[in-house]
Amino acid sequence: MKQTYLILIKDLQQEFKTRYAINAILLFAIVTLSAVSFAIGTFTAGEQVLSALFWVILFFSSMSGLSHIFIREEETQTADTLKLVAKPVHIFLGKFIFNLLLLMVLEVVLVPLFIALMNFQLQSSAIFFLTLLIGNFGLAGGGTMVAAIISKASAKGALFTVLSFPILLPVLISGISATKKAAAESALSSAQSELQALFAYSVIIITASILLFDYVWNE
Amino acid sequence: MLIKIGKWLLFILFALTITGAFIWAPLKEGLGEFTRVIYFHVPMAWMAVLFFLLAAYYSYRYLQSKNLLFDAYAQVSNEMGILFAILATVTGSIWAKQIWHSYWNWDPRETSIFILLLIYGAYFSLRSALEQEDRRARLSAVYSLLAFVSVPFFVFIVPRIYFSLHPEPVLNAQGKINMEARQRIVFFSSLILQTVLFLWVFNIRRTQVKLKMILRRYEETKTFKEN
Repeated sequence: MKQTYLILIKDLQQEFKTRYAINAILLFAIVTLSAVSFAIGTFTAGEQVLSALFWVILFFSSMSGLSHIFIREEETQTADTLKLVAKPVHIFLGKFIFNLLLLMVLEVVLVPLFIALMNFQLQSSAIFFLTLLIGNFGLAGGGTMVAAIISKASAKGALFTVLSFPILLPVLISGISATKKAAAESALSSAQSELQALFAYSVIIITASILLFDYVWNE
Repeated sequence: MLIKIGKWLLFILFALTITGAFIWAPLKEGLGEFTRVIYFHVPMAWMAVLFFLLAAYYSYRYLQSKNLLFDAYAQVSNEMGILFAILATVTGSIWAKQIWHSYWNWDPRETSIFILLLIYGAYFSLRSALEQEDRRARLSAVYSLLAFVSVPFFVFIVPRIYFSLHPEPVLNAQGKINMEARQRIVFFSSLILQTVLFLWVFNIRRTQVKLKMILRRYEETKTFKEN
């Protein structure tokens, strides 16, 4: 537990020095959001289109930043040292929590902007924020694992999106469907099946990642 | 000798099944002549999932043993799998044009086969991006197993939760098969015979890959000794 915490602190400090991932992810989100907003305007899109757009922006912005956590270790050639000082499970969890925090920072900026610019009206904010919270776990879990896989490959950036998409699509599909419910209905129970699917899939993907991470990390 | 008889038996039964599918089996009401695609389309989709399972199995074996042979087998299974996934998509899409009047409308079944295609595509692009051989084997095995987690979700859960226009799958919720006796005979013999035939093809590919690897090892030791 302490090792996980120390790795998280180390990554946070490194991130504060360069601010690479946070800048990339936030700017990407703002650029896409403004492009979409210019093209569509404020009052034209319905809730169906808006909830899909929201997840598309969220997914592709996270794709621009989540992989940095492992690529950084390869670029500065610190991966081998890290192998010596910590167990794989702790490394994975530390980096997973870092990505989780990164996604939360992204949403703190993206959600108010999206609601303001696109005139997105929520009937039930409980469903919406619960979906975001569970969705974050899924996105961060799958994203961290794929980042570890591609950090050794060439053409990392393009490969990261290509590999993540099929694995994260269940999160995306149930997330979009739950966000639609959040815009249309007010009772929390109306989105029950979507939230269950999202939760189950997030648990499965995180468990599978922890089990398989050993093989990615140890050569 | 036994193998030779088996081959001839397979040939004759296959010829009978294909003829039966076009002439003997009755048509379903409402679908007309388009019923016949089921005898070819469903086995193809089944083979795509089966080879995906085999790929995951060989990936697991590779991670356990670190034997590059299993990695080569996993690659062969994925190659066969992508072939059948494409065939199932194309036959299904042509059928959909006739019955639903559009080639593609994101029916849950269409989504699930599309994801299968994406995973296969991603697997091969990952392989081409990794140069070092054991690293390529290890990481693509991990990806195969990771993707294996999401496939049951798409193939078995999504089409059953969301409303689908797709005719009821053979393994439906009630556990019943809505087919007439003659349709059933042709369908299951087609399913079994195609499974046998393509597993046989797969076995030939496996032997080929194995021989290639033995030959390579032999040449490597030879050059090593000469130096």
